[in-house]
Amino acid sequence: MSMKRSTLDLWVGVFVAAGLASLLFLAFKVGSMGNFDARSTYTIKAEFANIGGLKVRAPVKSAGVVVGRVADIQFNTETYEAEVLMKIDKRYQFPKDSSAAIMTSGLLGEQYIALEAGGDDQMLAEGESLKITQGAVVLENLIGQFLYSKAEEGKDSSANPAQ
Amino acid sequence: MIEGLAHLLRRMGARVINSIWRLGMASRFLALTLMYSGTSFHRFHLVIKEIFNAGVLSLIIILVSGLFVGMVLGLQGYETLQTYGSEEALGVLVALSLVRELGPVVAALLFASRAGSAITAEIGLMKATEQLSALEMMALDPIARVIAPRFWGAVISMPLLAAMFSAMGVFGGYLVGVVLLGVDEGAFWSQMQAAVDFREDIVNGVIKSAVFGVAVTLIALFEGYDAPPTAEGVSRATTRTVVTSSLSILALDFVLTSFMFRGE
Amino acid sequence: MSDKLVQVKDLSFTYGGRMVLRGINLEAHRGQVVAIMGNSGCGKTTLMRLIGGQLKPTQGQVLVGGQSVGELSFHQLHGLRRRMGMLFQFGALFTDLSVYDNVAFPLREHTDLPEAMIRDLVLMKLNAVGLRGGQHLMPAELSGGMARRVALARAIALDPMLVMYDEPFAGLDPISLGVIGNLIRRLTDTLGMTSIVVTHDIQESLRIVDYVYFISEGVVEAAGTPAEIKASELPYVHQFVHGEMDGPVPFHYPSSTYLADLGFAQ
Repeated sequence: MSMKRSTLDLWVGVFVAAGLASLLFLAFKVGSMGNFDARSTYTIKAEFANIGGLKVRAPVKSAGVVVGRVADIQFNTETYEAEVLMKIDKRYQFPKDSSAAIMTSGLLGEQYIALEAGGDDQMLAEGESLKITQGAVVLENLIGQFLYSKAEEGKDSSANPAQ
Repeated sequence: MIEGLAHLLRRMGARVINSIWRLGMASRFLALTLMYSGTSFHRFHLVIKEIFNAGVLSLIIILVSGLFVGMVLGLQGYETLQTYGSEEALGVLVALSLVRELGPVVAALLFASRAGSAITAEIGLMKATEQLSALEMMALDPIARVIAPRFWGAVISMPLLAAMFSAMGVFGGYLVGVVLLGVDEGAFWSQMQAAVDFREDIVNGVIKSAVFGVAVTLIALFEGYDAPPTAEGVSRATTRTVVTSSLSILALDFVLTSFMFRGE
Repeated sequence: MSDKLVQVKDLSFTYGGRMVLRGINLEAHRGQVVAIMGNSGCGKTTLMRLIGGQLKPTQGQVLVGGQSVGELSFHQLHGLRRRMGMLFQFGALFTDLSVYDNVAFPLREHTDLPEAMIRDLVLMKLNAVGLRGGQHLMPAELSGGMARRVALARAIALDPMLVMYDEPFAGLDPISLGVIGNLIRRLTDTLGMTSIVVTHDIQESLRIVDYVYFISEGVVEAAGTPAEIKASELPYVHQFVHGEMDGPVPFHYPSSTYLADLGFAQ
């Protein structure tokens, strides 16, 4: 049976094309499609004393560039620390003695993991752990430290009236 | 007093039983529609025609609403973000609200009142004017010939309409934020791209709109098919379609969202 | 095969606890136009739906071409319906299709004929009802009589052995009414089919049909040829034929006496 072309088909064609174009727009321009595909990443582990407000899917950055994402966060019942799994883009290899720290972008922004490259010849492999970590800075502790040091300063100055 | 209370309880009970009854009927109706969908794919031009009726005819309302919703989001978001000095996050705010929630939900609500009511009225009138009986007497199944193509046409249209709504909304936010209020263009797009995840946000949004599409279409078709074949019956059924499908969209949205974005 | 195309034997039908039909017997011979008459709500439309297999009998049998309609499988029933046509009360034309496409519809659905042949057949059927010139019109543009003629063309598209008409004369002006009546007679004769007309239009029916069944309260009250009916002295038939206000079908809804209602009880 031969197909009869009609204006209705044309309209439906325009409609479907516009719909697919919108989906592509959402996928590539609005979202970041497949930046970290499951096949092109490797997983590394790190334990932190405190992760603060770190969330799954938070970015992992090195020198400010996003190199991976947090894949999973768990509580280790033996060390009583937080165990964080990160998926890192295969293009970026890091030395074995690299360190990880939990940072905040801006004063109240989202938290991310900053990777600091070390000097080892050997690179981190799939499933290996980072040894040197620094947990999140908790605002309350920070303020406590600040007050304590101010108090110390006050003590020093009162002890040395000559200065 | 006691009598009045008993009467009230009886009426409420009757309503609940009636609702459960209709839910069962609607489920059977969906099963029949899926069973008799062969014809729709075998002769796809039937579906094409319904994509036109449900999708193309809803285009204007979807595109215009999307644009305005995006523009309002841009204005409101800018006002709020400005207080924290982070206007660049406007793109994130607009895109995430649209892709995750407003796109699928508002597009589905508009779809229910534009296409859903039209489907109910059409099926109801076909029943009232004995067109469905006529099909039956011509040895054709009304479900296969009338219901199933409309079901697939609307179900295919809904995710496309929601995507267009979101895209239009992002564009509206861009117009207000970048062009009108002077948010940095690079920051607008790059922050948006960094925050919006393809699988978590966009694919989930599409899944939502597909589920809403099935719900709205099923309700619209069932109400039409089940409507008493009178003018009053059809008009009541049309109202019921809009009310029931709007409530279903919002309830389903809650369920789906709690599954999709759990504790992140 | 017997001369009787449709045989209804001792048919009863209950709907929602109410006996709509009670032991109906009737038959329609090949080539005949048979009328089923009765006042509104007597169950004549139900009877037609039973013949078409849209309803199943509670008791008794409907035989069409020797097959018992109520006991057919889904596929057998569809096979039977392809050889039946039906004219619905207000035509039931598909509102989104043109006159041409409405008549072509059953041909396209049930045959593999090439489009050129379908065109010839459609024009032939439309010509038979005098509406070849209106093939491009949409149903919304047709008058009541024209819509019914198009529906008639659609009903005979597949050259059925049996055509049923649900109130074909309802709501028509006298000219359209005469046209439809004549068409039913003429098409039945020329196409060699059988027609069952469900109607309450006594004068037009007596003019065109071969046999009449009167149904009242779910039973066959009277039956006969038009001549017999006209001469009948049965009170019900007499009232029906002459349109009398009171008779076996009372003018007053059952009530207590008027005086009692007014408060003058004895």
